[in-house]
Amino acid sequence: MAKAPSAHAPAPAAAAAPHHELSKEQLRAIFRSMLLQRTVDNRGFQLNRQGKIPFAAGSEGHEAVQAGTGMAFQRGRDLLFPYYRDVGLCMASGFPTIEVFYSLFARAKDNGGGRQFPSHLTKKSAGIYSFSSIIAGHMTHAVGAAYALKYRNEHDRVAICTFGEGATSEGEWHEAMNFAGVQRLPIVFVCENNQWAISTPQEKQMAVKDVAIKAAGYGMEGVIIDGFDPIAVYDAVTTAREKAVSGGGPTLIEAKCYRFLSHTTDDDDRTYRSKEEVESHRKDDPVPRFERWLVEHGIVSPADVEALKKDVLREVNECTDAAEAEPYPQASELYTNLVEGAWEPWQ
Amino acid sequence: MAVTTETTVMNNVEAVRTTLYEALKNDSRTLIMGEDVGPRGNVFLITKGFLDEFGPQRVLDTPLAEASIVGIAVGMAMEGLRPIAEIQFADFIFPAFNQIVGEAAKTRYRSNGDFTCPLVIRTPYGGGVRGSLSHSISVEALFYHVPGLKIVAPSTPADMKGLLNAAIDDPDPVLYLEHKKTYRLIKGEVPGGHYTIPIGKAAVRREGHQLTVVSYGLNVHQALEAANQLEADEALKVEVIDLRSIRPMDKQTILASVRKTRKLMIIHEDNKFGGIGAEISAMVAEEALFDLDAPICRLCGPDVPPMGYALPLEEEFMISTERMKQRMREMVKF
Repeated sequence: MAKAPSAHAPAPAAAAAPHHELSKEQLRAIFRSMLLQRTVDNRGFQLNRQGKIPFAAGSEGHEAVQAGTGMAFQRGRDLLFPYYRDVGLCMASGFPTIEVFYSLFARAKDNGGGRQFPSHLTKKSAGIYSFSSIIAGHMTHAVGAAYALKYRNEHDRVAICTFGEGATSEGEWHEAMNFAGVQRLPIVFVCENNQWAISTPQEKQMAVKDVAIKAAGYGMEGVIIDGFDPIAVYDAVTTAREKAVSGGGPTLIEAKCYRFLSHTTDDDDRTYRSKEEVESHRKDDPVPRFERWLVEHGIVSPADVEALKKDVLREVNECTDAAEAEPYPQASELYTNLVEGAWEPWQ
Repeated sequence: MAVTTETTVMNNVEAVRTTLYEALKNDSRTLIMGEDVGPRGNVFLITKGFLDEFGPQRVLDTPLAEASIVGIAVGMAMEGLRPIAEIQFADFIFPAFNQIVGEAAKTRYRSNGDFTCPLVIRTPYGGGVRGSLSHSISVEALFYHVPGLKIVAPSTPADMKGLLNAAIDDPDPVLYLEHKKTYRLIKGEVPGGHYTIPIGKAAVRREGHQLTVVSYGLNVHQALEAANQLEADEALKVEVIDLRSIRPMDKQTILASVRKTRKLMIIHEDNKFGGIGAEISAMVAEEALFDLDAPICRLCGPDVPPMGYALPLEEEFMISTERMKQRMREMVKF
């Protein structure tokens, strides 16, 4: 990918020519996925400001890392262990857009029955694993599932586990990385380093500049990539995936990106970071940057771009309306699916 | 495998060991994981020899990190294995608290049944073995509050096997508590073959009509001894219920007994305040207050963190059979 001067310190891996070719169709799919993610994000915030939903979390700035990772994810084979800022990744990995809106509106048709916070997407049939809001709590689940793949000799399958840089401060993050390294598990760790954990900047999370160097402590390779470049992301995740399926063990990929929006609709980032900082990163906004690259390389025409944007907006509008029209779960649903069968009879 | 009529006398350690062995033998999805379960065969030698027979993938020595022992087991369970995770001593379970309470017990609920977590967490608990501050505590009350988390604490070898089989077969997470002092102290007949004892069913160990004693773990054996002596020496008739499952609680068995004896005493080694006895007392007060002829009595571990290493400190914490006898006598005569 042609590189504009970037604050995202292009690493050698990203600057080098990609090892894995993407077809024009795949490149267009990645771009559509990025557009969809941004449009869904904006819709979540709009619905919140309209008073229609209590909460939404955005992921602007994560489009490239999520669309690229989603393209590398092998549907029907791989297992995805996402975190709460991964709506785009889940959609890029096969989670239906309409179900994102069931979740936002907390409708009965939501796969979690309207129980979970929005953005905690889960769907076993798509290989997207359930997780809580407890940061890094899902990391050990990912390595446990990767262990199960190895245990059953399912050599063509891997687990992909994502998290933010804040998660790397958690003890369970370390424990998961350590076990994955000891057992050489078929797993790819992708750190979506957006530099902010709510209001806490990276330099207060860790004493090092790069998350990726922590990989050395676990006997695995650490890779730094430009998280605004979806091709670099796809390439790195695919390389790590191939290594994992051939018995080479885990990889820690650090995709450096940026969080353009506040943490969630309940946050106000003006209270802890400067407008100038956000704007300086906006110059590298991965969505228009990838759009320019696709046009320059003749993958899409400006007319194609307009048609794609229209189509994405149509999809999001239709999903919004359809989900809004669905009913809430019944109050009696509070009492179901705690354990198999009934829980204690006197509840 | 059907239950055979043949029984074998074994202690609680042997009962757990036999059950784990059969589980590994009968189901390739089953694996054992924890600290020092491999070549060492667990610190109480429960898994000794397993590594040679089943290999390191199924008898998995984990890094020394309790949160990940449970967390990794949760991931395995979500992905279709049937892990049996071991926390070496219950005292060390706190780093895994989030994984047990925040993750395992909520997996089915938060995904509305899309994911399940069939997981057994075994851990030795309890004192009277000079275990001091961090090798002798009881942890059940700390997990008792959690909806969906099953907790069992068998006291006899036959129950050790039946409830461990039930826990392994269960489609949801089960915390399986083994009282350390009963490991080699308590022996009994254990049926051969595969059988289960339903989780949530108490056992009336001894019938009587003058007082109901509800207990679990080591204290059950002491309560039986006390009740036997009181009958032999003083003709007092005390009923003793072994809870076996702490949660779900067998409300019916407790209430039926209390309505017969009209008096309730609860004995547990765990601290009194906010303990299992508090919930049983509240349940009986709600359901059967007017059937009672005496205030409910709780004979429990004192409200200090745990027992100390020094013998007098340990003895002061542990409930002696003599103290049980004395309180039982007072309750019957009330």
